[in-house]
This record gives sequence, structure tokens and C-alpha cells, in this order.
Amino acid sequence: MNRNSNAYTFIFAIIMVVVVGALLAFTSISLSDRQNANVKQEKMQNILYTVGVDSVEQNGAMVPLSRPLAEANFKKYITKQIALNSKGEVVEEGDKAFQVDLAKELNRTVEEQKFPLYEAEVDGAKYYIIPLRGTGLWDAIWGYVSLKDDVNTIKGVVFDHKGETTGLGGEITKAWFQQRFEDEKIFDSSGNLVGVSVVKGYTGGSNKDDNAVDAISGATITGDGVTDMISERLKHYLPYFKNQTDMKVAVK
Amino acid sequence: MAKENNNTAMSEKEAKKKEMILFLSNSEEKESFLSKQNMKLLSDPLNDDNPITVQVLGICSALAITVQLQAAIVMSLAVMVVMAFSNMIISMMRNLIPSRIRIIVQLVIVAALVILVDQVLKAFLYDLSKQLSVFVGLIITNCIVMGRLEAFALGNGVYKSFLDGIGNAAGYGLILVIVAFFRELLGSGKLFGFEVLGHKGATLADSTGLYAFGYENNGLMLLAPMALIIVGIIIWVQRSRNRKLIEEA
Repeated sequence: MNRNSNAYTFIFAIIMVVVVGALLAFTSISLSDRQNANVKQEKMQNILYTVGVDSVEQNGAMVPLSRPLAEANFKKYITKQIALNSKGEVVEEGDKAFQVDLAKELNRTVEEQKFPLYEAEVDGAKYYIIPLRGTGLWDAIWGYVSLKDDVNTIKGVVFDHKGETTGLGGEITKAWFQQRFEDEKIFDSSGNLVGVSVVKGYTGGSNKDDNAVDAISGATITGDGVTDMISERLKHYLPYFKNQTDMKVAVK
Repeated sequence: MAKENNNTAMSEKEAKKKEMILFLSNSEEKESFLSKQNMKLLSDPLNDDNPITVQVLGICSALAITVQLQAAIVMSLAVMVVMAFSNMIISMMRNLIPSRIRIIVQLVIVAALVILVDQVLKAFLYDLSKQLSVFVGLIITNCIVMGRLEAFALGNGVYKSFLDGIGNAAGYGLILVIVAFFRELLGSGKLFGFEVLGHKGATLADSTGLYAFGYENNGLMLLAPMALIIVGIIIWVQRSRNRKLIEEA
């Protein structure tokens, strides 16, 4: 057959695409269980990081919290997993709440969304962990924020991203940036929920009561995404916190 | 016209036959597997024909994933797998590929292999695959891969192409490892994540090793420009030792 004819070219292209497509589909399906398990472990690891569990006991020694250790310790420290609706009512519990995928929820209207919430107890202190998700400059950014039992002070945050520029927006995953959020307040002095803003040219130093942290140079839009994500996500949890009568602090 | 076509078809067939014989005899008797010529395919890219320092290809990923040795080595291995197999596959199909869509065919093969590598890393080396992030995907656009397919695999036998792929990936990996060694050592005082220069504590008294004498890590080493400067120094050293690489002014 003439290798330069149109028919040959078309047939060659079709066969190639079908073969390659089948091969990739097969690999993707056969590896997906393992990949999903990794993602799940990482999610648990991140949630534990926000409440300060970064090293755990194994065989009597303290070792860094590695991904494979996350699942057992998640069960140990996380006391409650629930998902709320926009009115603050519990609609899912346990594993089902854990499986709520914010990426899908965000496509729905606020009334139809589910809002996952985790409660942890570490060394006698109680924490609320709220998953975050928003948009950075190029693609999705997400993370977890844990609040102390006054539902105002941040214990810790973890951020991650899909496609922010490495070295600029991608720096939100680094500890030095995430540490800036520790002990920041999400309510302003008059009791309104404002979240924590990432501010360019921040002059507040180590002020923890101004609801703001210093931004990363060259990552303005990613920083704005972090700001929006925190205030947008947190406000949906207000109805739930207001309904909780056993809380230490009255949420206005 | 028709006759001419017929003639070319005939000669093509004959050429193929000859090639077939050549290929078979090549691998069986005329040339041993580890002949001098074959070894040159492996060793040339390490020095005289290095993809990074001589051909100046694949610089992008050399800047991005050389902050740590481990990531650099995994990246080099990923490139090696992709190059060896894409070279082999293209070489096997070199007489079947319609020349008008050969670049597309090359891209599809490379892209498929890269996705395979990415999927395997995600399943078995998840943390590393997160570290390498987009750069595994970007192997597709690494000019070294396409360059070798176009320049070598389309015109050479399967075994030679395989060696060429391994050789060029090794040349790429060698530079990556050298750069990563200096960046990790001077930038974070570690090698493979181990603190080889001692431990840096909060104060001088808490520190051990070099840090106890007030040594500081060079944060500049962690930034991409330092990779370029190190590559530049490697090129300088290489050309001063191997003067035939210097172009005539």
C-alpha cells in the first residue's frame, strides 16, 4: 500500500489512536484504586496537619506523620465527621461526610451544597476543621483550616493547588506561608465574620487581631483566591455554629 | 507516470528487503551487541554530545526539579523510560509511519508513555509525583525526546535507537544530578534529605556540625536562576577540558 496516500494515513492514524486510547484507559482503570487510596490518605494527613499532629507515635517512638500512617491516626484524633446543609443542619455523618467532594459541591447552588466539618480532639483540646476550595490564578486551590474551640482563632491551615506557578503562587503550600495564619482571628473586633485576608504590603508585623497576613510577592491573584476561599467557605458554617448551645463562645 | 510510480514502489520494496536483511544480519553476526559503535551511542551524550550542555536542550526541567537530588533522579529515570521506549517504538514503526503525520505520531507515542509514567508514579510514588507535579507531564514537550526521535529513531534500528535513548537520557540525568547535588547541598545543607552538614537549631548553641560555627544555607541556591548559573559553570568546565567543543569565533 502506498504510504503516502490519504487512505493509508487515515487508517494509520485511526488504528494508532484506538490502540493508544485502549492502553491508557486500561492503565487508568487498573491503577485508579491505588491512586484513590493515596489521595484519601493525603486528605487525612492534611486534616491532621491543621490541628498540629505532625508527628505520631509508632512502636514507642515519635515519627513524622507519613501518608501511610495517616489513616490509623485519623481515626484516633478525629472524633466527628459531619456534613451540613446551608441551614446548618447535619445531613451526612461518618464516612459519607468524608467523601463529600467540594469540587463537585461548588458547582451546585448554595442551597444544594453540603458542607463537610470535622471535629478533632488533640491533647484535650477541641478543634473544628473546615475544608476550603476556591480558585487561584490558573486553576483550583484548596485546603483545610482548623479553628480552636472559640470558633474564632485559627489553629492551623494547609493549602494545596492544582496549577499555580511553582515558586510564586505555588508557595502557598509552604510551611512559612501557612504559619502566618496561626492564631489569626476570623471575626473582626465588632464580631463580623471576615476571614483572613492575604494583603500586599502588609505592615501589621505579628499582629494576630487584624484579620490579615502578609502576601507572597508575585502571587497577588493566588493570594486573593486564598482570601476569597476562606471568607466564602467559612460563612456557610455560621448557622451551624450559632445553633450549637454548648459552645464556649457566642457567635453573633 | 504510472510506470514511474511502479518503479519507485518496486525499489521501495527492494530497499525494505535489503534493510530487513541488514537489520537481521546487523543484530546477529556483523555487529556485536556491545560493539564500539554501540557503546559510543551510550557514551557520546554523556560528554561530547550532551543534550543539556552541548545541545542546550531540556533546560526548563533542569531548572525546575533540581532543588533536591531525589526528585532529580526520579525525573531522570522517568525521562529515561520515556526516551528508551519511545525511541524503540518509533524505530520499530519507522517503515510504517506515513511521513506526512510523523510528528503527530511521535507526539502521540511520547504523550502516551508520559501519561503511563505519570499514572504509575501517582499509584506507587505518590509523594514524589506531587513534588514533580507538572514536570512529568512536561516531558512530552522536552525537546530532547522529540529531537532524538526525529534525528535518530526514524533512521536507525531498534536496538541502536534504544541505546541512543538511554544514552541521551543519561546525559540529561547526569547534568540534573550534578546541579541538584550542589543546589541541595548548598541550599538546604542536605543530600537525599539527610542533614550532611549538621543540624541547624534555633540558636548557635542548638546547632551541630558546620552550623555551630555560624554557617548559613544559601537560600539563593533554591531559586531557579542558580540552576542556570550552575549549568553555565558546568559548560565552562567542560569546554575548557574538551577544546573541540569550542566554536570558531
